[in-house]
Amino acid sequence: MDSYIIESNKKKSRLPARLDFAQSGTGLILGLFMWVHMMLIGSIILGKGSFNFVAKTMELAFLSETGHGFPIAVFFAVLTIFTLFITHALLGVRKFPISWKQHRIMRDQMQMMNHTDTNLWYVQVITGFIMFFAGSVHLYIMMTNPGSIGPYMSADRIVSGNMWPLYLVLLICVELHGTIGLYRLCMKWGWFAGKDAKKSRQALKKFKNRATIFFMTVGILALLVFIVIGINHRDKVGERYGSYVAVEQVEQVEQVQTDTAIAVPAEPQVPVVEGTLESEQAHEPEIVQEVEVTHE
Amino acid sequence: MSDQERVLKFQIFRYNPLKKGDKPRMVTYEVTEAPGMTIFIALNDIREQQDPSIQFDFVCRAGICGSCAMVVNGQPTLACRTLTSLYEDGEIKLLPLPGFELIGDLSVNTGKFMRAMSERVESWIHDTRADDVNYEKLEERMDPDVADEIYELERCVECGCCVSACATKRMRPDFLSAVGFMRLARFALDPRDKRTDDEFYEIMGDDDGVFGCMTLLGCEDYCPKDLPHQTQIAYLRRKMVLIR
Repeated sequence: MDSYIIESNKKKSRLPARLDFAQSGTGLILGLFMWVHMMLIGSIILGKGSFNFVAKTMELAFLSETGHGFPIAVFFAVLTIFTLFITHALLGVRKFPISWKQHRIMRDQMQMMNHTDTNLWYVQVITGFIMFFAGSVHLYIMMTNPGSIGPYMSADRIVSGNMWPLYLVLLICVELHGTIGLYRLCMKWGWFAGKDAKKSRQALKKFKNRATIFFMTVGILALLVFIVIGINHRDKVGERYGSYVAVEQVEQVEQVQTDTAIAVPAEPQVPVVEGTLESEQAHEPEIVQEVEVTHE
Repeated sequence: MSDQERVLKFQIFRYNPLKKGDKPRMVTYEVTEAPGMTIFIALNDIREQQDPSIQFDFVCRAGICGSCAMVVNGQPTLACRTLTSLYEDGEIKLLPLPGFELIGDLSVNTGKFMRAMSERVESWIHDTRADDVNYEKLEERMDPDVADEIYELERCVECGCCVSACATKRMRPDFLSAVGFMRLARFALDPRDKRTDDEFYEIMGDDDGVFGCMTLLGCEDYCPKDLPHQTQIAYLRRKMVLIR
């Protein structure tokens, strides 16, 4: 009753405004982050070398002289995302149909109208709910095992660590929830509305559908590649990429050599130290050749 | 029009809450289709020829009064503007608008809801100086573009389709819903209304107001007058969110 007396005699709380803003804000950051995240993961499709390069770069390998980087950077990055994730979940759950009655009305309404944007919202509720759990597992593992991201370590986690079912579920949920959410944000705040809001809505929806298909495809391909690598690497779980493979042969392409178009790997037996590789890569355009000694 | 006459099959919701022992049910009526027939014409045909007890509302039969809104094959819309020829299989299911008090059959009390909405958003020009108005003086000129914009939002006929098409409103009965936001946007645009953002926040600054909107866009997609609901709600949301 106290709160009722206080509420009735003062200005309306600004909290609902702040919470609404925070829900959209965290959603925007997470949605865009997931696009970037998927592109980084997708580098595995180009080869183990590119994924390794991406993973090392994310560990800030270019800043350290040894080339080992600072896996702790990944810890802090994941911690930030985890915080945003929990905040967003907390804010999002306010909108869920929380009682049987509300849920029944929602389903009735969907059945009656079969309206796309209403149905898409329900998809977001379902995928959001699944991600409370699936997302938390993934984030906790990544946070507590920084430095374990690499072509072999990740593939081992997916195959030998039995994470692939979780990743498959997460992939589907994230790509649906994220792109629908970003589309809804544009509608909610009137972004990219232009002169003709109805027309731009159609365009945004088209873009949303294409983005879902694109990122879902990249994700499934990446997962498949990881599964193949993981299966081939089953006997050597725990081994890191680059510890026994002559990782990358780097040839600096000079203007004179370009007429032959293909750079010949000069001395494939000489292993090259990763650190120097990456510091070179940052400056010069090169051709990276992967030479795998094992697995044949 | 082809000379082949179709027989339309109407499934109509029947229930009179005032009649003791009456239970909600669907009743089927058959009507021979006429050229250019609307649902409104068909309903009148049924009432005249088959069942005088059937209740539904209409006034203008031209999409202006907003009385004949109902759910036609799942879509909230105006019966007088819906041609029966739209439905290829000739089967048409009619339900009263959900989210409103049912008067009987297809008739709902939108008026009660709209009245409460108007009072809630204080749907009139607020001007503290209005008490000492000089009636000899001409009203201040309004920018024609602003006047056009206000007029665009005034086209609302309060049919209630946006309310019934909103799953948020249906889940949370206290939610203001699109017709209320349209009205608020109309007064927020009007330079004669001297209400400040703070005052508007008192009306809509919570989860029953603009922050409760989950952007399901039912209002936008089912408005028979094609009003820019999504644009207006986004405008109000931006206006309200960063208020101190």
